[in-house]
Amino acid sequence: MTAKLSLRGVRKRFGEVEVCKGIDLDVDEGEMVCLIGASGSGKSTLLRCMNLLEPVDDGVILLDGQDISEPGLDPQPVRQKIGIVFQSYNLFPHMSAAENVMLAPRRVYGQSREELRPKLAEMFGRFGLGDRMDHYPDQLSGGQQQRVAIIRALAMAPQIMLFDEITSALDPELVGEVLDVLRDLRGQGMTMVLATHEMGFARELADKVCFLDAGRILEQGPPDALFNAPREDRTKAFLARVL
Amino acid sequence: MKLISTTAMALALLTSAAYADGHAACAAGKTLTDGTLTIATGNPAYYPWVMNDAPESGEGFEAAVAYAIADKMGFDADSVTWVRTSFDEAIQPGAKNFDFNMQQYSITPEREEMVDFSLPYYTSAMAVLTTQGVVDAGATATLDSLKGLKWGAVATTTGLPMLTNVIQPDSDPLLYNDNADVNAAIMAGQIDAALYDLPTALYLSAVIVENGALLGQFPAELSETPDQFGLLMEEGSALKECVDAAITALTDSGALAAIEAQWLAEATGVPVVQ
Amino acid sequence: MSTQDRPAASPAAGPTRREVYEAGVRRRANRIALASTIAVVLALVILIPLAPGWEDVKRAFFNGRVFAATFPGLVEAFVLNVMIFAWSAPLIALTGLGIALCRDTRSPALFPLRLFGVAYTDIFRGLPVVLVIYIIGFGVPGLGLPRPWNSPYIWGTLALVLVYSAYVAEVLRSGIDSIHQSQRAAAASLGLSERDTMRYVVLPQAIRNVVPANMNLFIALQKDVALLSFIGPVEIFRQAGVYKSLYANFTPYVGAALIFLALTIPATRYADYLMNKQNRERS
Ligand SMILES: Nc1ncnc2c1ncn2[C@@H]1O[C@H](COP(=O)(O)OP(=O)(O)OP(=O)(O)O)[C@@H](O)[C@H]1O
Ligand SMILES: [Mg+2]
Repeated sequence: MTAKLSLRGVRKRFGEVEVCKGIDLDVDEGEMVCLIGASGSGKSTLLRCMNLLEPVDDGVILLDGQDISEPGLDPQPVRQKIGIVFQSYNLFPHMSAAENVMLAPRRVYGQSREELRPKLAEMFGRFGLGDRMDHYPDQLSGGQQQRVAIIRALAMAPQIMLFDEITSALDPELVGEVLDVLRDLRGQGMTMVLATHEMGFARELADKVCFLDAGRILEQGPPDALFNAPREDRTKAFLARVL
Repeated sequence: MKLISTTAMALALLTSAAYADGHAACAAGKTLTDGTLTIATGNPAYYPWVMNDAPESGEGFEAAVAYAIADKMGFDADSVTWVRTSFDEAIQPGAKNFDFNMQQYSITPEREEMVDFSLPYYTSAMAVLTTQGVVDAGATATLDSLKGLKWGAVATTTGLPMLTNVIQPDSDPLLYNDNADVNAAIMAGQIDAALYDLPTALYLSAVIVENGALLGQFPAELSETPDQFGLLMEEGSALKECVDAAITALTDSGALAAIEAQWLAEATGVPVVQ
Repeated sequence: MSTQDRPAASPAAGPTRREVYEAGVRRRANRIALASTIAVVLALVILIPLAPGWEDVKRAFFNGRVFAATFPGLVEAFVLNVMIFAWSAPLIALTGLGIALCRDTRSPALFPLRLFGVAYTDIFRGLPVVLVIYIIGFGVPGLGLPRPWNSPYIWGTLALVLVYSAYVAEVLRSGIDSIHQSQRAAAASLGLSERDTMRYVVLPQAIRNVVPANMNLFIALQKDVALLSFIGPVEIFRQAGVYKSLYANFTPYVGAALIFLALTIPATRYADYLMNKQNRERS
């Protein structure tokens, strides 16, 4: 079977610096893939390339076998299928939580507030935010904001979700509530790619862990294999530092 | 023209030399600079009040009157210096840089509170400046017709009360900084007519305004408050009595009328507003 | 001050040591400020009237009789200022927004728009307002427009709109630029079009950020409305000039200044208040 999302020889440079130096990666339907690696190794850039926030310089990205990285292609329909949640939430500060979530479905899918509202209430409730729908971002805690950001991405009914270190800006006691949401999504069979520093979480839930080093995937495999028996020295060194 | 004027001036100088001494005593020590009479005019000074913006030539009505007054006060032409001031400079508090200021200042009781005026050296009719186009469109020299026009005027003109009280136009008049702006507004069709003193109106209609026309005049004799020009002096100026004496002498001798006849065009052709 | 600051030695209710100290400092500062203010005011009140020309200045600028006679007329003329302002301000806001958006277009097909936006702001910010008022106010009607289309009100207003919208556009553009790229990225990642991103995400935030800066522009506009008098309308500045001429006295200008201040000081205070509030929220 073909992978849901495939990267072949993806390259991306910012000026002189090549940040992705030929990435090959397959993400299967319903799979959870974790990207780990040192700061600056290119995790965020790779995720941003996947939903075309950054155009790739070379290589192809296939979604259901279709090349979405072709230069000049309209990125909008692709982004509707691939949601992303950022480390810094990036909620729209001038809108309530509910308005944040409803904006894109209203504008892109033409759905009305009335038809969105029940679905939203259900989602907010599921993520423990039932009484926070009409709060503004600055009235919410970091963990709450991050959960709203996840709901916002989910409201577009994406086929794949990308998460970029969504817990690293949170206080330790808030990390749990956000990871619970991911667990929940995993249970529903959502296809997900995570950049994360939460090694325990990656080990527990990931189907596949990729170790990024200086723009390359140096090593990938099931979490047990990668965490317990890394082959590469650099992987060993990295794990020794973070575990 | 120039030749005539200089001979006239020379004649005036000769004939007056005899009894100038009596007046000279009056002005002694009262001028800004001893032995010199400093006279201010506008910047620029306009035809026909001063020709070519050169008051030193003594050409033009006000320039000629200025030299005649100076002569009566015992200052020969070489002892007269000219300075330029705006209206605001003329009335601002503090030391003045002129002995008297001469630029068609109308004498009004309100102004007399702040500054001194000499006896009048000219009494002006007000006149309606317009364009041939407006006349062709049916405007006539009747108050009824004037009411319907769109009016403009120079903001500093004392004719303004006359405009609002006598003509009482249907729409509010527009006001401008100077003659050039009034002219621009006439050209742009923003106003139909403007109110001026007659000599200025005659000049503007003949020379400056394209297709200019004089619709009519409000003769000074008929006006309740005729527009009279006086020399402006600092409030409480010691020189005022000397200047007034000189103007009285010039008026009595007919010299003032002669200068007026020489420099200010005949206004008899302009119809009187009914 | 919370109870935790209280030194253990004085458990009884009452000011903390720090509060006592700070109150002392405050009292001292207030005393000094008061004394120096009184000294300055006294110096002004005593010294200025001692100046040899004071009586003349008072007569020419602060003349009660002239003030009483002209003030009502000035207030009446000021209504025209307010009206011109009232219809100019929304036009300026809309045009400014349009120009700001022109400058922000990215698509190559719209490059001419962008070029236009740049040229527009460069030109109209580079010209003195009064010059534009003269050129447009006399120039355009001079092309032969019939009444009422040659009215100085129309073209004078256009001149104000042209100049001020260039400033407003620049302020708005800086507001748009100040919205962090991550907001645009978040919107794009949701599949919003550039248009919708601008309209629903960037602009509402940008406009809110530049409200104080724009307040200052509109206060300046309120003053520059007076420049329309150059092409005819008799607003307060012109009316003051007329009175000045009739009375040979500058007091009407002082009266006009007071009327302007009555409006602009509260507005300026309010703009400052907004600005400070915003700064506090940011920090
Ligand atoms: N827009 C950009 N312009 C220039 N350089 C960039 C840009 N974005 C990222 N980089 C560079 O690319 C490299 C990889 O950045 P990236 O954010 O992908 O790393 P990361 O693995 O996500 O690190 P972290 O764990 O700190 O988030 C870094 O050296 C960064 O400086
Ligand atoms: Mg990152």
